[in-house]
Amino acid sequence: MTMRIGVLALQGAFAEHVASLRAVGAEPVEVRLPSHLDDIDGLVIPGGESTTMRKLIDRWGLRQPILELAGRGAPVFGTCAGMIVLAREIAGGEEPVLPLLDVTVERNAFGRQLDSFETELDVPLLGDTPVHAVFIRAPIIDRVGPDVDVMASLPDGRIVAVRERNVIATAFHPELAREHRFHRLVATMAAEHADPGEGVGRRPYPTRRSQQGR
Amino acid sequence: MTETSTWATKKGLAQMLKGGVIMDVVTPEHAKIAEDAGAVAVMALERVPSDIRAAGGVARMSDPAMIEEIMAAVSIPVMAKARIGHFVEAQILEALGVDYIDESEVLTPADERNHIDKHAFKVPFVCGCRNLGEALRRINEGAAMMRTKGEAGTGNVVEAVHQLRDVLADIRRLQGMREDELFVAAKELQAPYELVRQVAQDGKLPVVNFVAGGISTPADAALVMQLGAEGVFVGSGIFKSEDPARMANAIVQATTHYQDAKILAEVSKGLGAPMRGIALETIPEQERLAVRGW
Repeated sequence: MTMRIGVLALQGAFAEHVASLRAVGAEPVEVRLPSHLDDIDGLVIPGGESTTMRKLIDRWGLRQPILELAGRGAPVFGTCAGMIVLAREIAGGEEPVLPLLDVTVERNAFGRQLDSFETELDVPLLGDTPVHAVFIRAPIIDRVGPDVDVMASLPDGRIVAVRERNVIATAFHPELAREHRFHRLVATMAAEHADPGEGVGRRPYPTRRSQQGR
Repeated sequence: MTETSTWATKKGLAQMLKGGVIMDVVTPEHAKIAEDAGAVAVMALERVPSDIRAAGGVARMSDPAMIEEIMAAVSIPVMAKARIGHFVEAQILEALGVDYIDESEVLTPADERNHIDKHAFKVPFVCGCRNLGEALRRINEGAAMMRTKGEAGTGNVVEAVHQLRDVLADIRRLQGMREDELFVAAKELQAPYELVRQVAQDGKLPVVNFVAGGISTPADAALVMQLGAEGVFVGSGIFKSEDPARMANAIVQATTHYQDAKILAEVSKGLGAPMRGIALETIPEQERLAVRGW
């Protein structure tokens, strides 16, 4: 069964996420209006400018329907600006947009464009091969709540990828580096969401609880 | 290994701006209006192109103090213009920490033969083009983002449409060629063969391509987006209109919903007068900005 996964296409690098989703066998759907959220099994919020996305999300009434989609357990994946959009708290006091992740993010945490960088990053959940991570005017996570799993940190300990149940966010851009494992994970989570079953004969995606049990 | 200012990060910032509007601003107050209206970036400069056109004389890089004030006023990326070939203006802008430099034909060129060697900089560059050959020459020099030039400061979209159609038609032409025809195509385009071959394979430029020069209404923005632009620069079109905040907001909405005529109709209502435009035929050849760049 092909998963229909929405990509918020208000502004930003949505075409790159559309290509990544296609590469993992999902059917991407560009989302600009609430009606575009009908019949999708997950949602990606791309990189771009969070101030622009915030404005367009509000203008077109997308806030409530996205919160409801996530509330039903559909996976939501945000990169860079998408991570800011998903944070419950934004350092400096900006109002949150879609407060689905119990974290505090700091915008432009590394500085301006001259401080943008690429690096190799260990993401244990995705296997032994490191992720090639591209950080562009990237945010970081200053604080995580008790239900949030840290998926990846920089060598200095700063948190750059998190997951809280069905919501995943990265400060970097897998979609710019032909890194498809995050999208595959999202597609798998979408399949689980669309057809929960009993888990028999199914390889469940790792959860916080199973990680704690290790 | 960690590396800063790589090609992927330079080109990547432009990818993050796609589907957005970059607005010319001359004061921190303008910059705030632009950010509040949903601009993805601002271009900090002392005068918008229509005023540069009216003033005549030599147009140069803006006062660094003014650029810094704008950088301090907003959280979105700030771009600034250097003259074509003026690599010291570019060095100064890099030292200020601007997020993108526009090597721009709107300013008076400093070099009539050479453009800036943009690979030598850590800050990314956007450059103007009128056709595919010009675009690929700029990319070869290190431009990480392109924009068609249009005819800045006229409020007239005709040149922007013409140039965008030319670039995209040339790309489609390359796609239809046999491998062995690409060598001559490269010669005719006066562009490096490797880039020509890449464009023929991908069916698109290797960097993000925006449209600039003459966009002054939401419909103009949607027109170039439907033609295949990846985003728009609006210069004089916003702050020379009757109600800049409303116009800015409407152009942002139109750039997102460029395919939805009902929404375009909605956001186009009651915006007040757009900037007064200039017919291209009335501009003498020597006062045209798009012909600057080689």
